[in-house]
Amino acid sequence: MSTAHSGNRRDFLSRSLTGAAFLCVGGAMEPLAAAEPVAAGSKSRVVVTHDELLRGKGSTVDSQRLLALLDRAMQALGDHPADHPAEAWRKLVHPGEMVSLKVNTLGGRGISTNVHLVAAICERLQEAGVKASNIVVWDRDSEEMEHAGFHMAIGGDRVQCYGTDRVGYEEDLSAWGSVGSCLSKILTRNSRVLINLPVLKDHDGAGVTIALKNMYGVIHNPNKYHPDGCNPFVADLNMLPEIRGKMRLTICDATTAMYEGGPGFKPEHSWNANTLLVSTDPVALDHTGWQMIERKRKEKGWKTLEAEERAPRYIATAADGEHRLGTNDPQKISIVEV
Amino acid sequence: MFCALNVEDAVKNVAGRPLDRRSFMRCALASGAALGGGAALGLSGVAEPAAAMPSGAASEAEEEAHFITEAKFYQKLANRKIKCKLCPRECTVGDKERGYCGVRENRGGVYYTLVHSRVCAQHVDPVEKKPLFHYLPGTTAYSIATAGCNVNCKFCQNWDISQSRPEQIPADYVSPQRVAEIAKQYSCPTIAYTYSEPVVFAEYLMDAADAGHAAGVRSIVVSNGYMQADAMKAAYGKMDAVKIDLKSFTESYYSKVVTGQLKPVLDSLVTLRKMGKWTEIVYLVLPTLNDSDEEFHGLAQWIKTNLGVDVPLHFTQFHPQYLLKNLPITPVPTLERAKAIADAEGLHYVYIGNVPGHPSQNTYCPKCRKMLVERVGFTASQMLIRKNCCPFCQQPIPGIWHA
Repeated sequence: MSTAHSGNRRDFLSRSLTGAAFLCVGGAMEPLAAAEPVAAGSKSRVVVTHDELLRGKGSTVDSQRLLALLDRAMQALGDHPADHPAEAWRKLVHPGEMVSLKVNTLGGRGISTNVHLVAAICERLQEAGVKASNIVVWDRDSEEMEHAGFHMAIGGDRVQCYGTDRVGYEEDLSAWGSVGSCLSKILTRNSRVLINLPVLKDHDGAGVTIALKNMYGVIHNPNKYHPDGCNPFVADLNMLPEIRGKMRLTICDATTAMYEGGPGFKPEHSWNANTLLVSTDPVALDHTGWQMIERKRKEKGWKTLEAEERAPRYIATAADGEHRLGTNDPQKISIVEV
Repeated sequence: MFCALNVEDAVKNVAGRPLDRRSFMRCALASGAALGGGAALGLSGVAEPAAAMPSGAASEAEEEAHFITEAKFYQKLANRKIKCKLCPRECTVGDKERGYCGVRENRGGVYYTLVHSRVCAQHVDPVEKKPLFHYLPGTTAYSIATAGCNVNCKFCQNWDISQSRPEQIPADYVSPQRVAEIAKQYSCPTIAYTYSEPVVFAEYLMDAADAGHAAGVRSIVVSNGYMQADAMKAAYGKMDAVKIDLKSFTESYYSKVVTGQLKPVLDSLVTLRKMGKWTEIVYLVLPTLNDSDEEFHGLAQWIKTNLGVDVPLHFTQFHPQYLLKNLPITPVPTLERAKAIADAEGLHYVYIGNVPGHPSQNTYCPKCRKMLVERVGFTASQMLIRKNCCPFCQQPIPGIWHA
């Protein structure tokens, strides 16, 4: 493991407030042409990495072990083993690109994207040639991010970290199907590459909230898209060119996961899954994560989400012929456990 | 590219661009043209310097506290959930979540409104603009709104406030007492709750109406009527007149275009009738979507049977907005066809709206057909009704004609 950038990881994790730095939201970036998550005919790979000793003898995630877990996952995602962990990232991002990491902090510190995971990703991105100042860690609200353990960082030669509340939403609507919303300027103006960093938890309306539903934090009006189990809204939202064209990777933080009572944190229904799920196919990842939640529910004596009339129907919608955001067919998903 | 942008330059750049409606509302609020400034939030979208945030964050929290008060019309459930009883959605809301409207939030099992006294739009309008044609013609209404709405009409002309969360748009703190003061200051006999959807700011509406009545100022509401009966009786029971937007006469339209339901709105109209509230109905006509003869017939028959022939019905012209910019403006012949059907059904007061200069903006006596109220645009240029009657044939003309 390289130590050359460990200072950057510490900087990211440390408290920092700038002086008179201003936040720039230059021009809106045109999204790249939407890409199919997997080549036609091949299977969607979902890497599931697990470390039973991720927390050592305590309850806190060990950052070094988490970095190692991340590296194993990224190695397994690629077709060829890499000599250095950064090589896996060089296939994903290019120097000079602006990369944004969309975390999930709604649930608070108990069930939010782990700060150490984000720091590890930032370290690998910089090793892959992405400038620190071209990386932005974000969610919808700065205060929620702070409650989850993130420290705001705006300006300067370092990884940026702030919420959409600092820069606002585009004034023009982006629309697809049933969805018409204003998008976060962080996505439209500060992202060429979007890396999706959801958590693994159930949701009282949608069934589960993992990769696809993490995009609700990108729009100004998510509350309008909760009826009918968030279906077809979740799928339609992910069809927006600014999302579909920029999202290159999903790393689901399942170090702590929740099987009941979501989206707010319910410690009595959470467990230390000590796992990461990684894929370029958000539908396949959501399907896989859903099955993990169902297995835990069964273990704990809870009914299935289907039995509770809240199965995540949006996953099938996302995979249907109209959307084709990925696959939910187990025959077309290759789960790689490392 | 990542570039540093000076905040002052950003504001000048914005001022140099033609103003769209959202920018206009922000500037109007800031300049006082609409009676008060909204909180200025960097019009360019450029964030405040990080150094300013800690102290700003504290005052923002204090400001937020002004607007937040426990909601009425909800029921506590197990596991810190609540069920909202304000509108037919009956959102079941978990801890830290908001209802569909986006302006009511569950915090630890207690439901709060986030928009009490949180005015994001305010203006003095002629009452004819609401439109209310049988209520104090020629007078003005101090008109206010907060963010939020409990539906999502694809044609909404105020979507930038109705579909926004309150923290996303500038707003002023305007207490109920201050609402009444401003109305009197501008010689408005009426406060109007309008622009977005007053159902979602029911608590504020109720308190402002009380303050207004104490000061001798009436209250009217412009609403979708998508509200539960108990909440409606409590909130709109304080209104002196009500205008309901009846979006269509089919459930499928309400489901697909409005994301609501028709029946609860029809129930609301009946409830208002039983409450004795002066009510007028607006039907916005969208070409190809709700403009069939069958629908117009059904609507007119229902009104006649359930509300009576004296309820004013306005067929108004649609202009492309929001998520329906692909539709054309409603042709005037379509509006005239709708009016002809409603007239033939026997309704006495059928108007055509949003077509300046159209003769069907005027009020005519249903008996002798003489013109009683002439309107030019939103102005009542002539008002001949005396003692609530036609001066020519003494036919009673229902409405609230005099203060």
